[in-house]
Amino acid sequence: MAYLTTHPDVVPVVSYRFGKGAVDIDRYIELEGYSSVRKCLEMEPDAIINEMKTSGLRGRGGAGFPTGMKWSFVPKQSAKPKYVLVNGDESEPGTCKDRLIFEYDPHSVIEGTMIAGLAIGAKMGFIYLRGEYRYLINIMEKAVAAAYAKGFLGKGIFGSQHDFDVVVQTGAGAYEVGEESALMESLEGKRGVPRIKPPFPAVVGLYGGPTVINNAETLASVPHIFRIGAAEYAKLGTERNGGTRLFCISGHVEKPGVYELPMGYNLKKMIYEVAGGILGGKKLKAVVPGGSSVPVLLPDEIDIGMDFDQVAKAGSMLGSGGVVVLDESVCMVEFALRTIKFYRHESCGWCIPCREGTDWLQKSLTRLHMGGAVDKDINNIQYIAENMLGRTFCPLGDAAAMPTIGFVKKFRKEFEDHLNGKGCPYHPAADYELATV
Amino acid sequence: MADVTFTVDGKQLTAPKGTLLIEACRQAGIEIPAFCYYPGLSLQGACRMCVVRLEKVPKLQTACTTPVAEGMVVTTESPEIAQARKATIELLLGNHPLDCPVCDAGGECELQDMTFKYGAHESKFVEIKQHREEQQWSPVIYFDRPRCILCYRCVRVCGEGMDVWALGIQNRGAGAVIAPNKQDHLECEECGMCIDICPVGALTSGTYRYKTRPWEMTHVSTVCTHCGDGCKTTLGVRRANDGMEIVRGDNRDKSGLNGDFLCIKGRYAFDFANREDRVTQPLVKQANGEFKAVSWEEALDFAGKKLREIRDTRGGKAMGVIGSSRITNEEAYLLQKFARSVLGTNHVDHHRTADYPSFVAALKASQKQEASIADFGTAPAILLLGNDPTEQHPLLAWQIRTNVRNNQARLYAVNHELIKLRRQATSFLQIEQTQYAALVAYLGGNNAALAGNAAAAGFREALRKEESVVIAFGSEYRGRDIEALVALGASFPNVKFACLGDYANSRGAADMGLFPDLLPGYVPVGDPAHFAHEYGAALPAEAGMDIVQMFDAAERGDLAALYVASEDPVTRYGVDPTALKNTFVVVQDMFLTATAKLADVVFPAANLYEKAGTATNTYGDLQLVKKAGDRAGVRSDFELTVRLAGHMGHDLKALVPFGKGVRSDFGQTRGAQSGEADRHAVWLTAHHLEIKTSPFDPFAIFDEIQRLVPAYDVPRLDLLAGNSEHVKSDLVQIQTGASRRDLVLPANDTLFTSGTLGEYSTMLHSVMESKVQNPAETAAD
Repeated sequence: MAYLTTHPDVVPVVSYRFGKGAVDIDRYIELEGYSSVRKCLEMEPDAIINEMKTSGLRGRGGAGFPTGMKWSFVPKQSAKPKYVLVNGDESEPGTCKDRLIFEYDPHSVIEGTMIAGLAIGAKMGFIYLRGEYRYLINIMEKAVAAAYAKGFLGKGIFGSQHDFDVVVQTGAGAYEVGEESALMESLEGKRGVPRIKPPFPAVVGLYGGPTVINNAETLASVPHIFRIGAAEYAKLGTERNGGTRLFCISGHVEKPGVYELPMGYNLKKMIYEVAGGILGGKKLKAVVPGGSSVPVLLPDEIDIGMDFDQVAKAGSMLGSGGVVVLDESVCMVEFALRTIKFYRHESCGWCIPCREGTDWLQKSLTRLHMGGAVDKDINNIQYIAENMLGRTFCPLGDAAAMPTIGFVKKFRKEFEDHLNGKGCPYHPAADYELATV
Repeated sequence: MADVTFTVDGKQLTAPKGTLLIEACRQAGIEIPAFCYYPGLSLQGACRMCVVRLEKVPKLQTACTTPVAEGMVVTTESPEIAQARKATIELLLGNHPLDCPVCDAGGECELQDMTFKYGAHESKFVEIKQHREEQQWSPVIYFDRPRCILCYRCVRVCGEGMDVWALGIQNRGAGAVIAPNKQDHLECEECGMCIDICPVGALTSGTYRYKTRPWEMTHVSTVCTHCGDGCKTTLGVRRANDGMEIVRGDNRDKSGLNGDFLCIKGRYAFDFANREDRVTQPLVKQANGEFKAVSWEEALDFAGKKLREIRDTRGGKAMGVIGSSRITNEEAYLLQKFARSVLGTNHVDHHRTADYPSFVAALKASQKQEASIADFGTAPAILLLGNDPTEQHPLLAWQIRTNVRNNQARLYAVNHELIKLRRQATSFLQIEQTQYAALVAYLGGNNAALAGNAAAAGFREALRKEESVVIAFGSEYRGRDIEALVALGASFPNVKFACLGDYANSRGAADMGLFPDLLPGYVPVGDPAHFAHEYGAALPAEAGMDIVQMFDAAERGDLAALYVASEDPVTRYGVDPTALKNTFVVVQDMFLTATAKLADVVFPAANLYEKAGTATNTYGDLQLVKKAGDRAGVRSDFELTVRLAGHMGHDLKALVPFGKGVRSDFGQTRGAQSGEADRHAVWLTAHHLEIKTSPFDPFAIFDEIQRLVPAYDVPRLDLLAGNSEHVKSDLVQIQTGASRRDLVLPANDTLFTSGTLGEYSTMLHSVMESKVQNPAETAAD
């Protein structure tokens, strides 16, 4: 059972109820639960959306799209039913925050979904849980059942004229269905490959109807925004990056864990103070700031505020907030290979550049790591990755290409040290694990 | 849809709003490469070959998923785009095996073509390629996963296009595979669409695998010899010891009225032509009942003299001629002309598969038009009465499905069985097998006609809302029923009709007068009009005997001679073999069929793939038939009839108007192509010089047909270009078909049978589905 770690700088907003037994619906209500949706029932949909815009909340799944703006794209009139989808397919390597929300504060997800439904005029929400999160299904389903039992879901929620239904659905073990259109395909019972865009989900989504899809943390933040006030929430963060978020700090640190910190919190401080510094006092080598899909940062690049805009300026992305800290014992080539293995395994296979590119990159990096490469192979790896970037059907191709380009550019010497039969300076030959498909 | 204006490579173009950029460019002659994009199938955006640069858009966009927009500025070729396409090919060639030397697709492979164009000739790939063993999914279909580029064309054409859904995708990423519906094999319609549509050699044909190379074959596009749809099939032929062997069939030439479509019969059931047991020499029956192969002179002399003797002593009334639904229009026309002007008999018939005479009479009476097969692809509403197109007219089924899928057309279908096409129907009504006539009465307003049928009212109500309908009906409708059906047309502002018959030229046999009571163009023999002058005094005025009556007469001893051209009536009509013991029988056929075995003389005949001429599909679309294969020793039915007439002492110039000026196209051909031969012939005639066309040239008869049968007086240009021309079905003389005896015997073929001919196709029998009832229906489940 995971502890809940903390630090004085932690600002508990979305994690406000963690560790307080909020899985139980009565306890949740005691902790101001379901008060925000009651507030929203008295508001006009446009007013709800305006509050969301004021809060400055941006998508917590990785893309960082302003939530209020996304909801405003849903047309008022629609011949087909509208839907709210909770993207609980947390699969970005380095990310482990949504699971905590499902585990410790499931009702906040339900409440956030309901508020989104009121804002866009949807009567139905689907909570899509990652297939590997089997242990969370019961918790979510029990929470939904408890909400129905109290009349908070179903016909005439909270005694109002509104109806709202929620269904919990699991995936079957694929990263790609975290992509919003692939998620809809999976929900509809088809192969999890993305759809052609435009049209975008807000206009043509699940079963062809207007759909809002938000990350679980994003939707779980919504009731808190109405609880503390949108302007107050916005103030907690930086300009155009309102509020707080859950950062998942893992790797070679003394105190790895999930910490809720204000948007814009300094990364260096996060590593050395909040997470207690490098494990065993070793030297820092590299930091992946937002999940494996983003370019790596060198030690002299981490003195930045962790919001979407500042990290982008530094040449990387805030992404899912998965901060992975690497010390001097890590072989960056091996790290690059391990990263690519993930994408090769998870590529849905729809488009040529990603499907073939990740396969080729994995084979090349495996060979390079084992010492079977020559100088031009490094350029070839660069070439493949550069020709995947921007050419694929969905961003998974970019997610595989960008980090690879980053590793080769920033750690080229390390790649060169493996060439011409030398192999990995960090591991003796006997330790190698052959790449498996 | 309003037009929008946009710029591509500096050129200004216009196209209707909503047109895909790739289509708009292709129509303007700007080629954009694509693997996964295929017109008529759902969009993919998967191969990334069609990327183009749109102004103001940061990333390259796929032209196949981008609709044109006003003011759009597009670049389709640039160093950036060439590099993107080259890289895509390089990535594809990474795992793609170097099979070109042995792969069937070599020489006609889209990946090869793209590689040549975009120059990914030097490989950077030194890793181990993924490999999987080749799989045979059916006798027809082989799958080599290493070659597959996962363009998903096969999955889409099998699903969306054919509505069979036998192919799917399993696994993901680089491990993804195309998978058959039954674990390790396919149970489907074996149409081979997947093989044709595959841009590489991942899906190949089991009947052609490793046989030859595309450049070693001559490709001839001709009309399929099987059902009444008249699809164009491309036959690849190669020189062999005893002629030109047909090595493969496919739909390489997609310019026919069938477009992308071809079924198992059109594609693969040509193998009957290559059989060892074909008759290749004339045979004369000896006293001991056995056949002896003799010379052509001997056989023709014997048959000619005997027929002449019988005609001179017993008269034409003791002689019969039976033609076929698979011979060309010229051969059918010549056969009845031979019967009437040489033998002096009206005892002429063929295996009738639909009541065409009643149909054309009804069209004329109601002043309604016939639908061509193309109309089924564009009409907003289709009414299908009887018939199971999935089995009997697969092209019609394809047209309907495509029209429903892409144009949201509405299908109304009525049948006594739950035919597979009901899946596309807006409304499907099931009736009893005996209620087809009652159905027409019901649709005309007689509520009592389908009293017990609860769904009928809703069906009729929905149908009545339609304004523009094409109506197709099967052989369930005959005589008076057809008249009533066509009269129904009055209730729709726009209506056309199609009569569904079987076999490649059943319609031609009917149009060309292979009837005891009708001359070509449905002119009654009792009122022969211009034919009297053309055929001379020998033209008998009384209607003759039909097939059944002919055999009855033979049994009585009243039929002294019978000439059968490429038909097996003994099998088809279950005739007692002893019935012909007092008849002199001359048969021309490919094989020693049951009928041929009873003959006194057998001549080796060519099949539809080995001759030239024209044929008419059941919808009235006329097309050229081109000679593809050849077999030493066989002759066309046309030539055999001419030779027989010659050996009877008949004036060949009267029978076949060869040597006359070949009809020119009167100004319709300004170009070098079709007018050339015509103009030369005209010049020769003008200078009193003999034209050396032979009496065996069917086009001399085609000239006569166009002159004497008004419905066939159509311009030749499209025909010569390989397209179809619709006959003018309203230009007929028949008043009514109602009083005629109903001798329609529908073929009731499935995808795996084709009358007697199908029995000789080993290929058709090799697939497991041929033993299953309603194979197409089963596959879809």
